[in-house]
Amino acid sequence: MVSDSPRQRPLSPNIQLYRPQLTSVLSILNRLTGVLLSVAAIGLVIWLLAAAAGPQSYAAVRTALASWVGQVVLFGCTFAFFLHFLGGIRHLVWDTVHGFELRTIYLSGWTVVAASVVMTAVAWIARLYIEG
Amino acid sequence: MIIKSSSQVSRNHLFKRFPLPANFGVTKGSKIGRGKSWSAPAAAKRTKTFEIYRYDPDSEHGPRLDTFEVDLDDCGPMVLDALIWIKNKIDSTLTFRRSCREGVCGSCAMNMDGTNWLACTRFISDMESPARIYPLANMKIIKDLVPDQTHVFAQYAAIEPWLQSKSPSPERERLQSAEERSQIDGYYECILCFCCTSGCPSHWWNGDRFLGPAVLLQAWRWLTDSRDEATAERLDKLEDPFRLYRCHTILNCTRTCPKGLNPGKAIAQIKKMMIERHS
Repeated sequence: MVSDSPRQRPLSPNIQLYRPQLTSVLSILNRLTGVLLSVAAIGLVIWLLAAAAGPQSYAAVRTALASWVGQVVLFGCTFAFFLHFLGGIRHLVWDTVHGFELRTIYLSGWTVVAASVVMTAVAWIARLYIEG
Repeated sequence: MIIKSSSQVSRNHLFKRFPLPANFGVTKGSKIGRGKSWSAPAAAKRTKTFEIYRYDPDSEHGPRLDTFEVDLDDCGPMVLDALIWIKNKIDSTLTFRRSCREGVCGSCAMNMDGTNWLACTRFISDMESPARIYPLANMKIIKDLVPDQTHVFAQYAAIEPWLQSKSPSPERERLQSAEERSQIDGYYECILCFCCTSGCPSHWWNGDRFLGPAVLLQAWRWLTDSRDEATAERLDKLEDPFRLYRCHTILNCTRTCPKGLNPGKAIAQIKKMMIERHS
């Protein structure tokens, strides 16, 4: 018989317990990178405003970006961009009801991760090459 | 690691949990404390340790984690066998649902080593040490491993899971071609164990209004049935920012289904049908 005690039943753990899987981890990363890129878009506007305001303010922003912290942030944004971009394509394909077999879900997931790493590396190598 | 089937057990020992404290963000009454430890009988040679979530509604204490040592030479091969062994030999108050012991009734659905599955079709040898046994995630707990499923069954009732037709009843059975019948393959087999709904993060955060993968798979089962004539009304009811569209294609559902079904695909098909009827 179910207890008729007036106190609330406990809720079994969810996020504290459930095993991280490629499915849930890529989903939460897609969200986090989306939020990060939205914030980065504000940074992009600041950069453009500084360029429009004149050489002095532009030089200040350039110094900030060239700093150790600025470089880490830029690198993170590059990776976030590719992960979010490729993850978005994966979601578009799903919306056409394709690629739902478990094997395909994992293949496309790892492909997104690997391609994001490669594209980030290529982008940064290209940048270093251009800057000499 | 590429997962080919939902029956595949994760061999990744690096990420057993998200890096959060065990009682992160949990309300006071749901905090899990340390429980008792029960050692194996002295004669036991091969043993396995089980950590099991316990909750007694008749005591004033909250949930706790008990540790049991199971004698593997005296016990069947499945996790359900271990639970029955504990109930028979160690602690008769251990409470869990079970019936068919062969994966067709869905009663013994629970969270084992962090993922949802049926205790009767999970080998003890596939469990980590110690094996972690919890009730289905994100459910109100009646006792020990028994969750209160009133809410999810009410959600199931909300989609009116029966054949609806406007045409007059025929003299005999409503016939389907072999091809029409095949449309419900992969959906009619659902046993309503709610492993998927309990493993869905979207249902954790919005379970009061989002129907969840199990119920939406059932909704698709009726939408795609050639004999059902209430397709438009069913879609009207589902067209809602929460009921259907809180599904963000996370796909924990498809990863965890102990019957190897594909709730994620069923929901994608509902969304596609929804768009197509407007175009």
